[in-house]
Amino acid sequence: MYLSLAIWIPIVAGLLVLAAGERPAARWTALAGALAGFLVTIPLYSGFELHSAAFQFEEKTPWIESFNINYHLGVDGISVLFVLLNSFITVLVVIAGWTVVETKLSQYYAAFLVMSGLLNGVFSALDAVLFYVFFEATLIPMFIIIGVWGGPNRVYAAVKFFLYTLFGSLLMLIAMLYLYNKSGGSFAIADWHKLPLGLPVQVLLFFGFLFAFAVKVPMWPVHTWLPDAHTEAPTGGSVVLAAILLKLGAYGFVRFTLPILPDASRHLAWLMIALSLVAIAYIGLVTLVQTDMKKLIAYSSISHMGFVTLGFFVFNAYGVEGGLVQMISHGFVSAALFLCIGVMYDRMHTRLIGDYGGVVNSMPKFASFMMLFAMANSGLPGTSGFVGEFMVIMGAMKSSFWLAFVAASTLVLGAAYTLWMYKRVIFGAVANEHVASLQDLNAREFVVLAALAAAVLFMGVYPLPFTEVMHTSVNELLKHVALPKT
Amino acid sequence: MTLIRVLDHLPALPEVVLLAGACAVMIADLYVKDEAKRVTVGLAQAVLLLCAAATLFVAWGGGGARFYIFNGLFVSDLLSHLLKLVSYIAVSAALVYSRQYLADRGLLRGEFITLLLFSLLGMMVMMSANSFLTLYLGLELMSLCLYALVALNRDSAQSTEAAMKYFVLGALSSGLLLYGMSMIYGATGTLQLDEVAAHTARLAALPADHRFLVFGLVFIVAGLAFKIGVVPFHMWIPDVYHGAPTPVTLIISSGPKLAAFAMAYRLLVDGLPQLAADWQQMLALLAILSIALGNITAIAQANLKRMLAYSAIAHMGFMLLGLLSGVVEGNALNAEQAYSASLFYMIVYAIMSVGAFGMLLYLSRAGFDCENLEDMRGLNRRSPWYAFLMMVLMFSLAGVPPTAGFYAKLAVFQSAVAAGHLWLAVAAVLFSLIGAYYYLRVVKLMYFDEPRETAPVAGGLGVRGLLSANGLVLLLFGILPQPLMSLCFVAVALR
Repeated sequence: MYLSLAIWIPIVAGLLVLAAGERPAARWTALAGALAGFLVTIPLYSGFELHSAAFQFEEKTPWIESFNINYHLGVDGISVLFVLLNSFITVLVVIAGWTVVETKLSQYYAAFLVMSGLLNGVFSALDAVLFYVFFEATLIPMFIIIGVWGGPNRVYAAVKFFLYTLFGSLLMLIAMLYLYNKSGGSFAIADWHKLPLGLPVQVLLFFGFLFAFAVKVPMWPVHTWLPDAHTEAPTGGSVVLAAILLKLGAYGFVRFTLPILPDASRHLAWLMIALSLVAIAYIGLVTLVQTDMKKLIAYSSISHMGFVTLGFFVFNAYGVEGGLVQMISHGFVSAALFLCIGVMYDRMHTRLIGDYGGVVNSMPKFASFMMLFAMANSGLPGTSGFVGEFMVIMGAMKSSFWLAFVAASTLVLGAAYTLWMYKRVIFGAVANEHVASLQDLNAREFVVLAALAAAVLFMGVYPLPFTEVMHTSVNELLKHVALPKT
Repeated sequence: MTLIRVLDHLPALPEVVLLAGACAVMIADLYVKDEAKRVTVGLAQAVLLLCAAATLFVAWGGGGARFYIFNGLFVSDLLSHLLKLVSYIAVSAALVYSRQYLADRGLLRGEFITLLLFSLLGMMVMMSANSFLTLYLGLELMSLCLYALVALNRDSAQSTEAAMKYFVLGALSSGLLLYGMSMIYGATGTLQLDEVAAHTARLAALPADHRFLVFGLVFIVAGLAFKIGVVPFHMWIPDVYHGAPTPVTLIISSGPKLAAFAMAYRLLVDGLPQLAADWQQMLALLAILSIALGNITAIAQANLKRMLAYSAIAHMGFMLLGLLSGVVEGNALNAEQAYSASLFYMIVYAIMSVGAFGMLLYLSRAGFDCENLEDMRGLNRRSPWYAFLMMVLMFSLAGVPPTAGFYAKLAVFQSAVAAGHLWLAVAAVLFSLIGAYYYLRVVKLMYFDEPRETAPVAGGLGVRGLLSANGLVLLLFGILPQPLMSLCFVAVALR
């Protein structure tokens, strides 16, 4: 019930906003829809049974009988936090866009609300076709968001985003159809978990799923759409893209690849680990030389998501849980950083680091917030960024020292690129008169950033409420993955 | 005695109603002034409504059973009822969408309406044909009307050229089809499709006779491929789609496709199931070539009608995927799923195609034909609602959920995978990715670009309502596809 509400309240609210048109009511409808969507997800957390690995809050109704497809929803410890995260971020996005978006405001809000509902659907779908429908449908609003409200090169970025992700998901569709036929006509993901499969078949299916999820994560070398999409997307678009959409790929790995294809996952773990390390180390270096702040955060996202996939494929509880924690933390931190850049962009209409300098002189409050988020992005203890990275490095250490060694390079690189950017933008001499005349945060921006700052600090100091939810499900998953399926 | 005779022929009631109605419309039209042609259109709509009522009555009276009448020349079953009903809707929508367009250009004449109704009659005969003769009769009735319709605008060199091409190639393909039919007739000694099936079961076991049958089959498949419009027999499609007046393009892209599907179904599945292994190979080649060439060539088109023509070629390829996956090594376990997937694909395609061309007609005005990609520029600025509908149509054509087009593709891919054609499915999927690009381009033009002109979009209440319904029904079937799927399944499975 709660899950259905979490999916459909934002979607219906989005349609209402669309109907309201360019009236002031559109804003308030959007905010009400986003808040209602967030409120209904709270019982998901408060009522969550911690010691059960089973799917909770299940809903199941026949949907397409011809193919035995069900409207089947449910969450376990792995997915429940993402539903909350997504609904929370949606509220912030709505507030952040309040006065900033000038053209077609109702379409802007409608696209975000519809997408929020669809994303909740992705995280709670237990039927593969339902998952696929939500997974794919998110492309449409995001395509529109980038293309309509984006920067100068938005069309290129939007089309690239769409085609890249569609390519991956179409191959996944074929893999799903294969599993459907193999399992004797079932699209239930839980049935596929138990399906015995030979290693060669598993390997083929692994690649079928890999493209879909690797593009979404995005993993090196299919990451090139992300910097383009991020740079051209409006602030809200970047926030949702970084905070939620990127999580779909990683979530796909834990929901599909690991449990359905455990043997292939172990067999090809070296490949995944190698790709993750390339993302961490090489993309980390690429990040250093970026001159556009949004591009910089985009590349840093790729590097951070490399940590997530690394954690998943070392197959121990530290790694997997660390990966999941890293996903949540990255959701907060990247959202916050993109919002910070948005705050500056709204005033200066430039994202180039070179156009800034000495912002702290005119925007002290803003500078302190950004300081916190920059620290979190570089993984400082006491912030949420530290928890996930530390756990993943611990997990990697159990697997091999050198693995952990390369992974830990991110602590240096992350600090280097984030703090260097921070230094150039915020400190130093006041760069020009535009910077000198900047207005500090208004109340609306303050609320949004404060909410995220609280989340980042809380998670950094006391991560237990987040990890205890995942614990049982992750252990169950690891037990399942350890057993050969062939 | 006489009464019983009449009742015996009751399953042909829709055709009788349409024939009588079309004649009545033709005569009545003589008394309607040129400026009052909407009366004729209204009469035609009434005839279509009567036909629908007659079809529903026959379907309800028959209770899903199969009836052979006119000594087995004509069959009345759920498949034919369903296809006929969809064709009525398509033709009726065509009339609504095109009235203003034709009136603006002085083309709204009696012959348009009469020819349209007679071509519909031809389609219906094809859908209900159970003999080579009836099939051919229906095909020619439909085609001859369509040739004339393409040349409706006789002052346009482009239209007449298209009509000429259509006619010459259509005649050639009819010849091929007839030649193939005569071969099969020579081998089996019967024109009736159910008897052909029975005879081929016996003959196909003998190598010499089998070869002879396959020789005929090649010509039949070639003829069919012409009519359906798949590579390498697709050359006429872009030219005819482009050259014909848009209302006629709309018609050609919907009803006749359904009729061609019915023809393929009757000939291959009903008539020659014993040769399935042979025609499946041919269809596989046609399918993959069409999907590849249709999708790739569509990218290069600047003209929307031409783009949709190539997209039609690709879509027919997808439809064939279902048709060729029915029987695996003599095992027909998945046959009903596969054939109903094709049927579902066809119906969804007809809805999408009618909607897309309807949108072009709606956006055209007197002296301005909306037919280039550029004309879609900035539609979101001019009219957000119609831009949204067109976006739904495009995403549905591309097969992106949550639209009906996705389930159509899902169903045919599923039947291909179930039949073990995994690589065919993978190839089809990759080309549909290429296909997504050009549909996406239309969305891009509508949403991301600034409009060239700012004239607001306007039209009659009927057109606006129908167009909205047309787009929304794709979303509706995208969220709840089950009813239509069940209907298709029942139509194929209940024999």
